[in-house]
Amino acid sequence: MRMRNVEFMVGGFMVMGIIALVLMAFRVSGLSTDAVGDTYTIKARFENLGGLTDRAKVSLAGVTVGRVTNVTLDKEYYAAVVEMEIDSSMNVLPSDTSAAILTAGLLGEKYIGLSVGAEMDYLKEGDWVQDTQSAIVLEELISRFLFNKAEG
Amino acid sequence: MSESSSHAEAHVKIQDVTFYRGTRRIYDGLNVAFPRGKITAIMGPSGTGKTTLLRMIGGQLRADKGQVLVDEADVGKMSRSDLFELRKNKMGMLFQTSGLFTDLNVFENVAFPLRVHTNLSENMIRDLVLMKLEAVGLRGAREMMPAELSGGMIRRVALARSIAMDPELIMYDEPFTGLDPISMGMILRLIKGLNEALGLTSLLVSHDVDESCQIADYLCILSEGKVIGFGTPDELRNGDNAEVRQFLNGDPDGPVPFHYPAADYREDLMAGDPS
Amino acid sequence: MIESIRNLGRAGVDSVASMGRAGNLFVQSITWGGPGSAGFLDFIRQIHSVGVRSLSIIVVAGFFVGMVLALQGYNILIKFGSVSALGTMVSLTLLRELGPVMAALLFAGRAGSALTAEIGLMKATEQLSAMEMMGVDPLKRVITPRLWAGIISLPILALLFSTVGIWGGAFVAVDMLGLYDGAYWSNMQNTVMFTEDVLKGLFKALVFGLVVTWIAVYQGYDSEPTSEGIGKATTKTVVISSLAVLGLDFILTAVMLGGV
Repeated sequence: MRMRNVEFMVGGFMVMGIIALVLMAFRVSGLSTDAVGDTYTIKARFENLGGLTDRAKVSLAGVTVGRVTNVTLDKEYYAAVVEMEIDSSMNVLPSDTSAAILTAGLLGEKYIGLSVGAEMDYLKEGDWVQDTQSAIVLEELISRFLFNKAEG
Repeated sequence: MSESSSHAEAHVKIQDVTFYRGTRRIYDGLNVAFPRGKITAIMGPSGTGKTTLLRMIGGQLRADKGQVLVDEADVGKMSRSDLFELRKNKMGMLFQTSGLFTDLNVFENVAFPLRVHTNLSENMIRDLVLMKLEAVGLRGAREMMPAELSGGMIRRVALARSIAMDPELIMYDEPFTGLDPISMGMILRLIKGLNEALGLTSLLVSHDVDESCQIADYLCILSEGKVIGFGTPDELRNGDNAEVRQFLNGDPDGPVPFHYPAADYREDLMAGDPS
Repeated sequence: MIESIRNLGRAGVDSVASMGRAGNLFVQSITWGGPGSAGFLDFIRQIHSVGVRSLSIIVVAGFFVGMVLALQGYNILIKFGSVSALGTMVSLTLLRELGPVMAALLFAGRAGSALTAEIGLMKATEQLSAMEMMGVDPLKRVITPRLWAGIISLPILALLFSTVGIWGGAFVAVDMLGLYDGAYWSNMQNTVMFTEDVLKGLFKALVFGLVVTWIAVYQGYDSEPTSEGIGKATTKTVVISSLAVLGLDFILTAVMLGGV
């Protein structure tokens, strides 16, 4: 009887450990199950990422539709290539959709914002987003502002 | 000195054993043989390493030189697994503090070696444990925890546990210390009874001369790392070794001096002036 | 002068010999099986006494540590206008450092000292010797299940510490300081990496569990069989294992970050 109690408590302890691990995986480090299988990958070339990293959000009209999966440097164009996984339910992005690197708040995280175009055919697995807008780099913005002031 | 034991075959033989604890020499060329099926009491002043001798026979300590033979097998040279095999089947030991498992009740304590070493059914184990407990008169206390027992009862439970596997050799380390006269009488009767009923070779380490003489077939008196007397109690009492007689009679002064060796008393006192 | 050099030398020799004995104990008791080896039930019982009994202190401590982190972090981050990074800060601090380290320190005080005292007492009351004379190897019977219970329990405890801490932080940040709930969690989810942060933290806890339990069982097994000796051994367990945890934490962090 006493031993059964002990077994029960140890079992409970183990289960708590597993629950904690699952919480860590999905709630804290944001692994998501639906990421696998039902997504398609599109690519975009940016001049400057300005701190965009793997697993950054890709959003359309403020709704998250995918994540950045890979960031590489294109040696031919000297530009960054960003691969992103888009939820396959969003398979109706027009082929002239544009992508911009935006910032959530003044100092917040970087994410990619998509703006839809008007074409009739849609982006497919492996397609490139042609129209991109790099991250706004604060220093450049300030120096441009000062330059304009000096001219005017 | 060993003619008296020559008629009995030796169960345990200590040959030329030298043993150091740290830098202190406990034994220097110790030679003694313990006859099979008899009770031999190992006696001697405190600090002569009587318990050490038992631990060497049990293989818990190894001699620095010489051999400790149990059934002609050298305990000191055995591999760990052979040693555990020997202890499991052939030896039992009753410790001074008994070593009962405090988290198990009396029944489980006695059942412990059976559960670990045998695949007997629960029914068989129950029967065996109750037999052993009956032998020490504690069948009625089987549900009690060690903390609830008196000193004498604890020792009897430990005794039941050490005979659970039916050993051929049993060693008692100071079985009489700290017991009231009634418990002492019970333990004495048990040691004698077990020896007679089962033909166990019993080695008994003790200070208590009277009690030991009552039940022991032989006495083995140790002093300063050597055997100074081995024989039946009567032989030794009437022998010509003054130190043995001093020990058996408990005289405060004799070959073992009352005073620990020191410088001359008068000189010592005079040397105390501050400088 | 010569006397003090001699004492120093003796202390050095003693501590090397002690490490040798500890190593020997580890090698002999890390594997299962052998004369009278402990069974699965003994293992379960030890997880109970080592792990489950440390649970309450771990959970309470974790909750408070998480709350304090959130409070302090909020007051620092608000000066830079980046309170949205609070969740990230709390969770990374807990997962990478405080979870494993604090859990290990609490574990050393709660379970480690109890282990040392228990084994020391078993030695002093000759239970270990009695076992040996019954043909049961006390290393296999007593030490092995305790060692493994510690190795298994501490990662779980550290994980629970971090989890409770993160939720404690959320409680302060969201419910008390009025931070937007999504900011706390989504920033965390974007920054915390499962393998980099969670699993590496768990690995640390595994190492700490091994080291703390090893020190505890060794100190108990090697203690002087008197009440004074057991007391000393218990203190030693807490002191040595706490220092070992903090020292190892630096080494492990340096190796994992690859910076040093």
